[in-house]
Amino acid sequence: MEIKREVLTTPQPPVDFRARQLFARDMLRGQLEGEDLERFVEESVLTTTVEKAVSWAMGNSIYPLTFGLACCAIEMMTIVASRMDIARFGFEAFRASPRQADLIILSGRVSIKMAPIVRRIYDQMLEPKFAISMGACCSSMGVFNNYALVPSDKFMPIDVHVPGCPPRPEALAHGILRLREKIQGNAKDGWRARYDAIGTEEFTDPAGDERHLESYHDSIRVIEGHQRHPPFDEVGDASGA
Amino acid sequence: MPDATGLELIAQELREAAPDSVLDTAFYRGRAEIRIEPSRNREVLQHLQDRGYTFLASLHGVDYYPHEPRLGVIYELLDMVEVDRLSIKARVSTEEPRISSVVGLFPGADFPERECFDMFGVIFDGHPDLRRILMPEDYEGFPQRRDFPVGGEPILFTHNEAHNYGVNQ
Repeated sequence: MEIKREVLTTPQPPVDFRARQLFARDMLRGQLEGEDLERFVEESVLTTTVEKAVSWAMGNSIYPLTFGLACCAIEMMTIVASRMDIARFGFEAFRASPRQADLIILSGRVSIKMAPIVRRIYDQMLEPKFAISMGACCSSMGVFNNYALVPSDKFMPIDVHVPGCPPRPEALAHGILRLREKIQGNAKDGWRARYDAIGTEEFTDPAGDERHLESYHDSIRVIEGHQRHPPFDEVGDASGA
Repeated sequence: MPDATGLELIAQELREAAPDSVLDTAFYRGRAEIRIEPSRNREVLQHLQDRGYTFLASLHGVDYYPHEPRLGVIYELLDMVEVDRLSIKARVSTEEPRISSVVGLFPGADFPERECFDMFGVIFDGHPDLRRILMPEDYEGFPQRRDFPVGGEPILFTHNEAHNYGVNQ
């Protein structure tokens, strides 16, 4: 294969560090004009979309909930310690209130009696919210596959499953990084939009909350371009008539 | 632990204090146990408590399926002065799983009796608040009985999944 060497036609930035410094100084003083100014802008300004920027920020500032269920919670504590130090990725602040948390890590076995409580905590978290199912017990019930436990997929949407019994902290850190990839790659607000579950909301009084539901669906439709689920149209008609 | 002779002495005391209460004694691998008539459990435990066995270390149930009577209620007593342990075993049938509560003697028996009721369905007569403690209130059946199905869920793993979400979408 023949190699061609030629001078590039596009303007090249000055390679010398001092020259670049002077270049930037002239720019700040407003002394750059014409082609020089074009060149400066080209090499120092990065364009992106708001959506991408927001999802980038979102993925790098997840606050997990301080919530442990069993022995996996001990491994979960380890990821904030110096060896794994999940703070490098912006996950360091464990929040004690579900209202302030973005991520719930189900670290352990969920019994039938505990499941409604876990689900309530998850429902109390604000969107966008994410869930990691950590360990064998709450993903596939592991060694406790018996009358007492319920797999977490049965009662809440899980974004990432981390296998292991218990998973090493490295595995959980990997799971968290996969979650970050997921958030940054697919910036959909709300788990209902992510899992195509719009219309499954439960309200104590559908007629009374219809107005809020309407605006909620409107906002989702604007964001996602989603269609409203038929059952709620029926509910709306019944209460309106 | 009382030795084998000490166990027989205690059993003899019980026979005199509460006639027909002791069914059998056993001394196996250094552990002394007395098998008692379930209807006399309060008298036996009262006597042993007065005698120095003041601490109920554990109260638990057993299912001896297929032997009859199936259910066992076991009291592990401890004499904290002599550091002496004694097991009291009572057997009740599944048709009539009733035994009187010993919460009046040992207040610490409250939760263990509830757990025994929850898991094995033994009804403790005279218990102040006998309801399920670990399983949900509306749960049906007694899960630690041997004839109760183990339960569990068939789990969808990657190898038996028809469509691998997130990979081949």
